[in-house]
Amino acid sequence: MLRILTAIAVLTTVSPSLFAHRQWLLPSSTVLSSTNPWVTVDAAVSNELFYFDHVPMRLGNLVVTGPDGARVEAQNQATGKYRSTFDLNLKQPGTYRIALVNNSVFANWTDNGQPKNWRGTEEAFAKEVPANATGLQVSRMSSRVEAFVTSGKPTKEALQPTGVGLELVPVTHPNDLVTGEAATFQLLNNGKPAANLEVTLIPGGIRYRDQLHERKVTTDAEGKFSTTFKEPGMYWMNATTGGGRRPGGPGGQGGPGGPGRMPAGNRASYTATIEVLPQ
Amino acid sequence: MRILLPAALLTAKAMAADLEVTVEIPRLGVAEYHRPYVAIFVERADQSVAASLAVWYDQQTNKQESGTTWLKDLRQWWRKSGRDLKMPVDGVSGATRPPGTHTVAFRAAKSALAPLPAGQYQLVVEASREVGGREILRVPFQWPTASAQPAQTKGQTELGVVKVAVKP
Repeated sequence: MLRILTAIAVLTTVSPSLFAHRQWLLPSSTVLSSTNPWVTVDAAVSNELFYFDHVPMRLGNLVVTGPDGARVEAQNQATGKYRSTFDLNLKQPGTYRIALVNNSVFANWTDNGQPKNWRGTEEAFAKEVPANATGLQVSRMSSRVEAFVTSGKPTKEALQPTGVGLELVPVTHPNDLVTGEAATFQLLNNGKPAANLEVTLIPGGIRYRDQLHERKVTTDAEGKFSTTFKEPGMYWMNATTGGGRRPGGPGGQGGPGGPGRMPAGNRASYTATIEVLPQ
Repeated sequence: MRILLPAALLTAKAMAADLEVTVEIPRLGVAEYHRPYVAIFVERADQSVAASLAVWYDQQTNKQESGTTWLKDLRQWWRKSGRDLKMPVDGVSGATRPPGTHTVAFRAAKSALAPLPAGQYQLVVEASREVGGREILRVPFQWPTASAQPAQTKGQTELGVVKVAVKP
């Protein structure tokens, strides 16, 4: 896996065009009323939403959280040419969070005049990277791609933030969205409100229209934003920190097409697929 | 209909009013026809649900799916009330009905109407048909009422005439 996530992570090894692609999880249903429902979920990276036109998302970092907060096993996992797919049996009533999570630490330093590059988990970082290394620069990359499904009444236990990277905190439940009603969400970055962050919302079905119809909203001081959906359908939501021409981003210091090595600094991205139902 | 004692007029709850709802399910010339799922419920002025009166659905469970699988397609009812209920609900759950005109009466004392405070409400009929469409109709009514004034509306696709009569 990891080819895509890693590629995004190791900014210096990929072309900026990768950022034109969109990562997503697409559940077969988000609102279910049967007693022991199943959903099947597609995971892909594509240009068009929500069509399989580029590469699959690998499922190595799949974390499904059940209504009681415990992990749920994803069954029938398979990865094809354009998409990965898996099934979830929603044995408990309530809301499930489906997430592809990648948290990485990058470090570079100089050892006896030789440049060293290191990449790994937070745990491995503490063990493997000498804290007093010469010229040590550390950056962290967090990527979270999510979708939500609910059997019966929506619950919020599975939606507790982990405190790492960019995360969505529901004010309006993500499986309780209908046209014409305002929906409010909060974004946290490492557990703190992600203020003044631009959030992009794009309705699915891009293939059959000429314009993206993307909407950009900015979070307030509490990291909150509100929007009202006029049309029903699946929407792609995305927010990124540390991108653009800032250090580590395309064209920025240490980023693809930019000068120098990756500097100390953090990048985080959050993506969710949310369904808006008609009234 | 009953004759009311003057004392009973003092509290709405104690009133023996009836709500009579007539729902016409149209006969449709389609290749694959399934009887619609229908929810009959009462909304307050803010469109929140005051009472779920009836839900007609396929209560049988087979190997593939439970009878509640498609209840979510009664979208407004499911979101505002259904998902909070444990189906089946006595006196509310019922089997799907064939094309034709169906009259159902709800007695204040014996139905979900019992705790309803006096006021202005809307009777909502939502219908959703497997491999077909969905339609939702609203008929305003006063509860309880002193005069039996029926009101009605007519659907375009999944529902015919829906008539609501509050009997004093």
